[in-house]
Amino acid sequence: MVNHRMIVAAAVLAGAVTLGAPTVQAHAFLDHASPAVGSTVPTAPETVTMWFTQQLEPAFTTATVTDASGNTVDAGPAQVDPKDPTELRVALKKLSPGAYTVSWHALSVDTHTTTGHFTFEIKP
Amino acid sequence: MHSAIYDWRWAQFALAAALTTTQIDDALAHGFAGDRFFPATILTDDPFVADEMSLPTVTLDPTASDGSRELGIGSDLSMLITPNWDFTLSTNWAHIRTPGVSTQTGFQGLTTGTQYQLFINAEHEAMALAALDVTWGNTGKLAAGAPGFTTLSPTFDFGKGFGDLPDSLPWLRPFALTGNLVFNFPTEVETQGVPNPSSFFYGFAVEYSIPYLQSQVKDLGIGPPFNRMIPLVEFALTSPFNRGQSGMTTGTVQPGFIWAGQYFQVGAEMIIPTNSLSGHGIGGVFQFHMYLDDLFPNSIGRPISQW
Repeated sequence: MVNHRMIVAAAVLAGAVTLGAPTVQAHAFLDHASPAVGSTVPTAPETVTMWFTQQLEPAFTTATVTDASGNTVDAGPAQVDPKDPTELRVALKKLSPGAYTVSWHALSVDTHTTTGHFTFEIKP
Repeated sequence: MHSAIYDWRWAQFALAAALTTTQIDDALAHGFAGDRFFPATILTDDPFVADEMSLPTVTLDPTASDGSRELGIGSDLSMLITPNWDFTLSTNWAHIRTPGVSTQTGFQGLTTGTQYQLFINAEHEAMALAALDVTWGNTGKLAAGAPGFTTLSPTFDFGKGFGDLPDSLPWLRPFALTGNLVFNFPTEVETQGVPNPSSFFYGFAVEYSIPYLQSQVKDLGIGPPFNRMIPLVEFALTSPFNRGQSGMTTGTVQPGFIWAGQYFQVGAEMIIPTNSLSGHGIGGVFQFHMYLDDLFPNSIGRPISQW
């Protein structure tokens, strides 16, 4: 009985700490992307769009897209959508069939940083 | 118009200045090495310094070789002193049932420690720390398993993600390995005629990160809650090496999973003894673990000093 009370007390304390936290932000993880991570698409996309789990800080969030030779193929800096700050878009030049790598560096609004990269392929 | 541009530039400058003075953000983050996020493992220690707290860790051990069975409720707290240096506190309350003996309950002693992050290598998803833990004697109830002597434990913890494997091995890239190498040196040779041997603890965790798989390798469309799941197997052995106890190795293997959210994680593992000396039957452990740097980024979730 005592041990049950100890478990409940510990759980309540943990819950209080978690729920009692002020409004919080955290690390921005990549939730999904278009083209999808590791996918093969039939036609060349005009943009790469990424959705994150947290709102992004536009001035310090970047993404680049490179081809298999390492040449940059994005058409300009990545843009955070002002209406949906979890969405990051990067416009692309006209792409030919092949493999491409997207590298991103995200700063969430509470200044936590995360990085990542993934590939997608355009069918010949 | 001019005013709006001026305000925007000023805002950018202010943010840049703020970031310049706190440019240890990567170090502040719990368990990140480049693209890799390492969760806080349950049996073995994390290879990173952080502001974090486990509360509670509920453990039902397998039946011990003497027939006793222990239920423990533990807590661990880690607080950053600087971005690369932290101190730790942990304790465990135990309820021990032994056939033919009255049940014992109480705290099993206090362990304090200090850890220093030796390096974090983003490109190779690697990190390591050095630590010194002290389990203090006479800080718990002796009958509940608390030691009557102090033990010093120098420690080396490491972690390595396999995201740098060649593109020809994509399905192996979500794997990661973490480990602990620890020497335990009791400050008392024997207690009431029972020897207190020095020992070597070596523990490892093999993890497969579904979040890493879906965000870095291939999005398989795995949805919640499985998209935040990290299946893992932990195993750890303790080998005494003096005072007549050499070769009496004990340990456990613990398969399970960790679900890592934005602000906290939960984990559960089975506990399987490695030999009869380690017990028999199966136990289990559950842990609720909080990322204090995400929960309280402007107060207790930051290092005491930015030095």
